[in-house]
Amino acid sequence: MSFLLPSLLGTGIFSVLPFADSLRRSFFRTVSGDFCGTENYRAVFSNEAFLLAVKNTALFTAVFLPVLITLSFLTAYFISGLKFMRVIRSVLLFPLAVPTAALVLVWKLLFQPAGMVNGVLTVCGADTVSFLDSGAAFGVLVGSYIWKNLGYTVLLWLTGISGISSSLSEAAKVDGAGRLQIMRHIILPNLKPTMYTITVISFLNSFKVFREAYLVAGAYPHRSIYLMQHLFNNWFSNFELDKMSAATVAVFGVILAAVSLLQRAWDKEARA
Amino acid sequence: MKKLRQISGHGAAALLCLIICSPVLMLVNLSFQDSLELSKAFVPPTGQDLAMPDMLPLFPTLDNFGEILLESPQFYKVFWNSLGIAAAVTAGQLIIAVPAAWGFSRTKLRFRRQLFDLYVLLMLMPFQVTMLSQYIMLDKLGLMDTRAAIILPAVFSAFPVFIIYRSFCSIPEEVLESARIDGAGEWQILLRIGIPMGSAGIMAAVVLGFLDLWNMVEQPLAFIRDRKLYPLSLYLPMLDRTGGSILAASAVTLIPAAFVFVIGQDKLEAGIIASAVKE
Repeated sequence: MSFLLPSLLGTGIFSVLPFADSLRRSFFRTVSGDFCGTENYRAVFSNEAFLLAVKNTALFTAVFLPVLITLSFLTAYFISGLKFMRVIRSVLLFPLAVPTAALVLVWKLLFQPAGMVNGVLTVCGADTVSFLDSGAAFGVLVGSYIWKNLGYTVLLWLTGISGISSSLSEAAKVDGAGRLQIMRHIILPNLKPTMYTITVISFLNSFKVFREAYLVAGAYPHRSIYLMQHLFNNWFSNFELDKMSAATVAVFGVILAAVSLLQRAWDKEARA
Repeated sequence: MKKLRQISGHGAAALLCLIICSPVLMLVNLSFQDSLELSKAFVPPTGQDLAMPDMLPLFPTLDNFGEILLESPQFYKVFWNSLGIAAAVTAGQLIIAVPAAWGFSRTKLRFRRQLFDLYVLLMLMPFQVTMLSQYIMLDKLGLMDTRAAIILPAVFSAFPVFIIYRSFCSIPEEVLESARIDGAGEWQILLRIGIPMGSAGIMAAVVLGFLDLWNMVEQPLAFIRDRKLYPLSLYLPMLDRTGGSILAASAVTLIPAAFVFVIGQDKLEAGIIASAVKE
């Protein structure tokens, strides 16, 4: 018990107790301190900025997840047979270590109206795009977050792939199965638990994309990349803590659901 | 045939690696260019629509680094401030998380499982959810706008507990049992057996923790007003000056992270796997 005490105290003070207070606050008015039932929740769910942030976050997840998962799987499968797999894996992981702030200027350079990406587009005969102040900002955000997370996800896939016994696919090969057949009947079914874990973890990570958006586009980005954290920062500086507490509880609910899915997957793995 | 496939496979993989690394290579390249050459990268030359940077510095120069490292005391302060914050958090995390992870892995406490599930839940919460809670407490303790506002909540992060717990669990119980028979106390067992045998997990927590701290944006943005206390990751985008010095500052910011990434490579990969997949 003495081992756990300091940690439990700190967690209680900085996480559990104040969260309980946020929960309580979500039913009260900040200024007067009166009980107001579900008024804050109704205010939040009819708030235009909140709905925009929810829509953008949902849209981001809907694009980011499938693209990341497919790309990282193909990459992992492709490099899993290579001799220098470990080196390649490490290089792909590097973006995770790069502080986002260090690349702000490079991103600007690449995506400014007269920048390199537009240069490539012009050479290909396409029209130039003003990336950071149009709906294309959304694409830049998805792209830069995939850049950041690709190596991480490839690493998780490779762990799953190396867990499949090679004797299984060897035996299938002896029986005359082709590459695609082995993929369909042996590799993919065996990777189901890995895929499940990767999906949930990537979903949770997609809530952390604010950093990229903020550093490239600042506190007031194009509306296509206006995220929940932008809104929270706004409410915070305007001291609208009642709205903030209701929205906190709502987001908490979504994350809680995702985490319990993840824990169920882990339990299943532990029993298998 | 098989050899040919390996060669072409490696060629394609090398290309992918190059693409992935290209933003960083571009940063390094630009940070060595002089102001004349840099202006081409940012503003199109007269009569042209596009600004294309040179792919290699025509006249490599250290002027940008000189400007930021020698002539700008501010940058120097912010850099050490960031390192100080990272060091304080890491030390605090170890002091708190190592015993806690030991407690979770080795004691038969009631509600142990439920408590651990709670830690996992907290570990996975994005800052949006924890922001208000942290603010309520920091405000009550009068810590807003101090370094402690970003250090203290990070010290009690659940993440290092989780990673270190995983490595403690793999220590066989028999080893501890024999130490107990020899009369060692529980704290002694942790210090003499637990920490050495779980060092891989502890290092993984340090490496992952440092990379995350070195990149922090949300916490200082919310809890710190005084720009003198900003860490590099937030100070950098505030620099108004364009051109050379800010590129050099970015490159210098990259160095500690790249250094930790390279020396902590194996630990980092083991830590990521341990944090996502249950063995």
